[in-house]
Amino acid sequence: MSDEIVLKTEDLTKHYGGVHALEAADFELKNGEHVAIMGDNGAGKSTFVRQITGVEQRTRGRIWLYGEEVNFAGPLDAREAGIETVFQTLALADDLDVPDNLFLGREMTKWNWLGPFRMLDYKGMRDATVAGLERTAVKIPNIRNTIRNMSGGQRQCVAIARTATFHSRLTIMDEPTAALGVQETAQVENIVRQLKEAGEPLILISHNMRQVMDLVDRIIVFRRGRIVANLGRDETDGQDVVAYITGAKTGAEYEGAA
Amino acid sequence: MSDTSHGTGGLAFDKSKRAWPNEVNIFIALVLIVLIFEALGQLLPYMKGQSMLFDFNSRRDGTILNMARIKIIILQVSIIGIIALGVTQVIITGGIDLSSGSIVGATAMISMSFAQTELVNGNPNPKAIFGPWAMDLPILVPIAVGLGCGLIAGSINGLLIAYTRIPPFIATLGMMVSARGVAKWWSRGNPISFPTDEYAAISNGNLVDGLTFGVFSESWIVTQVFDGQNPAIYFLLLAVLFHFIMKYTVYGKHTYAIGSNEDAARMSGINVAWQKVMVYAIAGMLAGFAAILLTSRNVTAQAGMGFVYELDAIAMAVIGGVSLAGGRGSIIGTVLGAMIFGVIISGFTYLKLDAFYQEMVKGGIIVAAVVLDQWRQRRAALRS
Repeated sequence: MSDEIVLKTEDLTKHYGGVHALEAADFELKNGEHVAIMGDNGAGKSTFVRQITGVEQRTRGRIWLYGEEVNFAGPLDAREAGIETVFQTLALADDLDVPDNLFLGREMTKWNWLGPFRMLDYKGMRDATVAGLERTAVKIPNIRNTIRNMSGGQRQCVAIARTATFHSRLTIMDEPTAALGVQETAQVENIVRQLKEAGEPLILISHNMRQVMDLVDRIIVFRRGRIVANLGRDETDGQDVVAYITGAKTGAEYEGAA
Repeated sequence: MSDTSHGTGGLAFDKSKRAWPNEVNIFIALVLIVLIFEALGQLLPYMKGQSMLFDFNSRRDGTILNMARIKIIILQVSIIGIIALGVTQVIITGGIDLSSGSIVGATAMISMSFAQTELVNGNPNPKAIFGPWAMDLPILVPIAVGLGCGLIAGSINGLLIAYTRIPPFIATLGMMVSARGVAKWWSRGNPISFPTDEYAAISNGNLVDGLTFGVFSESWIVTQVFDGQNPAIYFLLLAVLFHFIMKYTVYGKHTYAIGSNEDAARMSGINVAWQKVMVYAIAGMLAGFAAILLTSRNVTAQAGMGFVYELDAIAMAVIGGVSLAGGRGSIIGTVLGAMIFGVIISGFTYLKLDAFYQEMVKGGIIVAAVVLDQWRQRRAALRS
């Protein structure tokens, strides 16, 4: 595993009016590393992700991706730079099928001189979808089925399969199993393990302690908009993490932060 | 990886479902409605066994079909059908367009005032709106003016909806009232008449004959099928064009994506605002084109033209399976919905029943179409 830094943020801050949703977050992710972000509701986890992925514009702070400073104007910029996000709200178009969703906003096209009326390359997108699904070992019986007709697990898999299809450089999953049943959760976790084996860096936001302990290398805890702990999985346990989440404990290096 | 096979049980069902698109259901409904009218025609004693769509006694058209009636069925819905093609796209984005009827009215007045002829039977045009400079202009001028008016009105709708984020219902309601005002103000309520022959020929000339340079002038297809049916031909050509655009282009895909999940579309980097502007602008332009056809066909323009066309257009789309929630529906569905409209109107005429019965039944069919669609959706959701 190389020690290359995939993602680094410094003083990343987001205020919504008077609400300090995210305050001075310094964060680092190494190549091949899987990091979990935990914290109570409203602790700033999703806000943190939205700044990195360009969905919102940060109040201040700097972000580096693979050593290069980035300023994303929108989510498409972030995706083009190689950040794939599986959002908490699934961000899938229910009435479209799997290839349509994977390529939404970046369709393979031909006859590009037609501008907005350029032709979709359906065959190219289907082939790339099948290849991407094979790489993540995601099994979806019929990729031409619309998302509406799929189970929750399958939907989540579609969202995750985007990662593999586009050779992303960083995957972010925002509560990927929050709405799933036991079997479907296992299915998604298998894909996460697959990504780990493939050496793909990942940020996982989750409330599920067992899942976090099972899957990641490192746990970052947010509380009231600030990072309060940075824990190696092997140096901690569920009780310990909960103590950080609830505010019973604060990491030594973050004393005075919250 | 033992668990990833989960869900394969749905395979057979998924495939069979794809083979049964909603359009087939709508087509079956269309056939059923035709059959009901045919059956009533046979059963009602005063009909003396006349058939609606068949004409067994006369073979002069070279077919046993009653071509005259079939042509009328398509013709009478084609102008509103053209509007419905645009409305379909708007509804697929999850919006609604209440302004198309009024855009027809305003565009009718404005484009007609650039299509007038200077001399009527040797006398100056009694309905002249402008001076001689606007008389006997090349045919492209009123067409461009008409399409431009529709485009501008539609763009205003789109810009309001996309950038002020007011609900489409309100934005297009405003346009509906204002555009009707423009229609009445343009000539202070006076009708505008006496267009150039070329302008009148847009709807009334023989389009197929013109396009084929008279090669088939004497043939059955020109004299029997397409004679005087220009709005129907434009409708079907535009339907094919927009079917293609909605299904095979980025524009179509993004339109469906916005109606399906606007947030997802935005997060995917689709320029949602601009896409909406385009959709409403195209809907406006189609309403403008409908106005050109309508004024050309009637060789006059009146401020009340297109009154409540928007509701008929919405009804055609809804009967054709376009979901008001957005994301679902198709141009083929809307064309079939328009045909159902046409069959009902013609069917009541054929049964010699008054027009108010038509309206009662039309209303019922609109509601029934949505009820059936929701029932079908629920069943599909339960099975998956």
